[in-house]
Amino acid sequence: MVLKVFFPSCCSSAESGILIGRWISEQNSAVVLAVVHFPFIPVQVKQYLSEVQRVTKVSVSVLGSWNNSKQEKEESLSEFLEDLGTIFSHELWIQISKEGDSKFWSCSTLQKHSNNPREEEIILVYYDQRKVMLSHLHPPLDTATPTDCKADDASKLSAIFDTVAKSKVLFMTDRYDDGPIKLTHWQSDGVEASIIVELMKQVSVPVCMLLTFLLSLISGICRSRVLKFWPLSFLWSKLSTCEQLGHRLQHLQVISSNKKAQNHTQLMRKANIFVSLLIDVALGILLMSWLYRKNRIGHLADTLIPVADHVAEELQDLLQWLMGAPAGLKMNRALDQVLGRFFLYHIHLWISYIHLMSPFIEMILWYVGLSACLGLTVALSILSDIIALLTFHIYCFYVYGARLYCLKIYGLSSLWRLFRGKKWNVLRQRVDSCSYDLDQLFIGTLLFTILLFLLPTTALYYLVFTLLRLLVVFVQGLIHLLVDLIDSLPLYSIILRLCRSYRLAAGVKFRVLAQQDGKPLRLLMQINPLSYGSVVQTYRLPTYSCYPKDSWTSLCKKLFLGELIYPWKHKGEKQD
Amino acid sequence: MEERRYRSASGAPITLRRRQHSASCRELAVRCPRLQLRSLSAVTSAVWLAAYGLFVLSENSMVLSAAIFVTLIGLIVYLHFVKIDQESLLVIGSLGIQVTSSYASGKESTTFIEMSQVKDVVINEAIHMQKVIYYLCILLQDLGDPQGVSEVVPLFQSSKPRLDCLIEVYKSCQEILEQRKTAPQSS
Repeated sequence: MVLKVFFPSCCSSAESGILIGRWISEQNSAVVLAVVHFPFIPVQVKQYLSEVQRVTKVSVSVLGSWNNSKQEKEESLSEFLEDLGTIFSHELWIQISKEGDSKFWSCSTLQKHSNNPREEEIILVYYDQRKVMLSHLHPPLDTATPTDCKADDASKLSAIFDTVAKSKVLFMTDRYDDGPIKLTHWQSDGVEASIIVELMKQVSVPVCMLLTFLLSLISGICRSRVLKFWPLSFLWSKLSTCEQLGHRLQHLQVISSNKKAQNHTQLMRKANIFVSLLIDVALGILLMSWLYRKNRIGHLADTLIPVADHVAEELQDLLQWLMGAPAGLKMNRALDQVLGRFFLYHIHLWISYIHLMSPFIEMILWYVGLSACLGLTVALSILSDIIALLTFHIYCFYVYGARLYCLKIYGLSSLWRLFRGKKWNVLRQRVDSCSYDLDQLFIGTLLFTILLFLLPTTALYYLVFTLLRLLVVFVQGLIHLLVDLIDSLPLYSIILRLCRSYRLAAGVKFRVLAQQDGKPLRLLMQINPLSYGSVVQTYRLPTYSCYPKDSWTSLCKKLFLGELIYPWKHKGEKQD
Repeated sequence: MEERRYRSASGAPITLRRRQHSASCRELAVRCPRLQLRSLSAVTSAVWLAAYGLFVLSENSMVLSAAIFVTLIGLIVYLHFVKIDQESLLVIGSLGIQVTSSYASGKESTTFIEMSQVKDVVINEAIHMQKVIYYLCILLQDLGDPQGVSEVVPLFQSSKPRLDCLIEVYKSCQEILEQRKTAPQSS
């Protein structure tokens, strides 16, 4: 069987010594973690290794010897290293030796308790210890490990990544420490640390406590009974600004919690939420500074009333068109006039209310614009809510038209059944035949004819107002889509993939290095980073809205029957 | 290291390079035909003639600069994302199989499949439009069912070598895959 030795590239120039690491017998591979130099006392080495094993839960042991002779081959040293094999108990004693500056090392194994020494092929795989330690291996997305997967089915690579990642404690001693053991590994030239990271860690504790206190105050206020009375709670549930603010509050609670992140996923989620909030607030403040410069808010408020007037005028023109002969169709004059006058009066009421509010618009807008500093998503939600409020009359017209049309359609279908001599059986939920009296049949047929001939008028009003409503819903939907995008994009993961691509690993890639006959096969193992699409898919933040729950066919069916449609429903709302 | 010439399924000349690094490690690389200068100049002149025609009609010089821009961007996108120069297969017994595609701009996209996941390497046939073509693929083991196949990974999709080239690659791969069956299990 082929023996694989994973050797850290930082130890290539280390002095002679013994190799310590982990032996994975199922895969016949040895992962070398560090080199212990002379002089050492074997008892102390064994003690140190058992302590490391206790802390890291990785079975670290002495694997073999490493001979780096700068001059010609020193026979005595190599014999000494061979004899060391008898002191440390390990089934397979690996001996690697390097002569001078040669690239090609010789590697041999000594079997201690075997009857037939087998000549097995050895593969030497170099790996970058720091990158492998910091990286996180992602399993393929479609084969998420099933719960009955046994440990030895786990991929070989994840065993190697795990071994190096868990042995952090081993890499904490560097050569300036005065211990009995002298190691060489990636940090042995001096432990790495960053001042900024340490400062941030110190600052984060009091900041988190302050944030938690503030958040508990705010959530206490939100949950108070005053805000739960019926009109207010209905209002809160309809405004998308409140949903967005609640969502961000939840995010803040996640970040400011005192518990440290347990595993990689939680850490990435916290980091993503933090960066997303930061960028959101920065963009919001940018927007605010742009709005308040040169009194743009004043200009906006000034143009709002004329725009509302213009929309109302256009609607009045539309209704006048419908009351005449729209597109050459002949309407029922009486019904037409009734419906047209009803809607016109509505618009008149609406315009009066807008004009009543016009002196206060600028002040309201000014204060509402200040809330853009809470984030760009909040500003966009406020915009969506303002659009909803300004087009409230279109929504009312749609509801009136839809209800009228719906009633008409139900009446027509029921009378059509009567016309054919059938009846809808509510108990059995099916159509049954029924014998009607003559006067029932007479009145039913009469009503059916009346409703049928009035159908085009109602249908036209319904069509026009449904189209207008769909237009408004479309615009609101686009804004919500943008808000969702900003909410759920994992910016920290994308920046990490851009700058430190080895931290997010999809797998590894091997490169074959120069070979020489008689020497073991040399490979270089590099980290294969995750693609951007998989990064976004794996680390997406969950959002509160769910996309159109109706498929296109059910939507069309609802439109045809006149049922009211609510295409952008939020999670947590009662589904009807 | 040896190199031989073959033909792809569409008739273009391709070369197969075989390298044996050690007893259990082999590299097989198929090189696709390079980007031809005449096709590049044909496409560029067609685009620029069309842009010039539009310019004569509309008297707007933005059309010409837009055409130059489009040609440049299109060429860069084609070289970086579409045109594959070489597809190689590195089989390392007891470690796994590595599939690399190198694009004309130098980008390399690599996938490594561990040996425990590889069930077998086979030549399969597929009906493509009016032709029947052969392709080499790796069968991945299904974790739950030892007889089942969870996924089929097709190889050499861009160069599409013909059966004679595929047989050579197949024989090389099978020699190494057989070693894992004859080697004694170490558990």
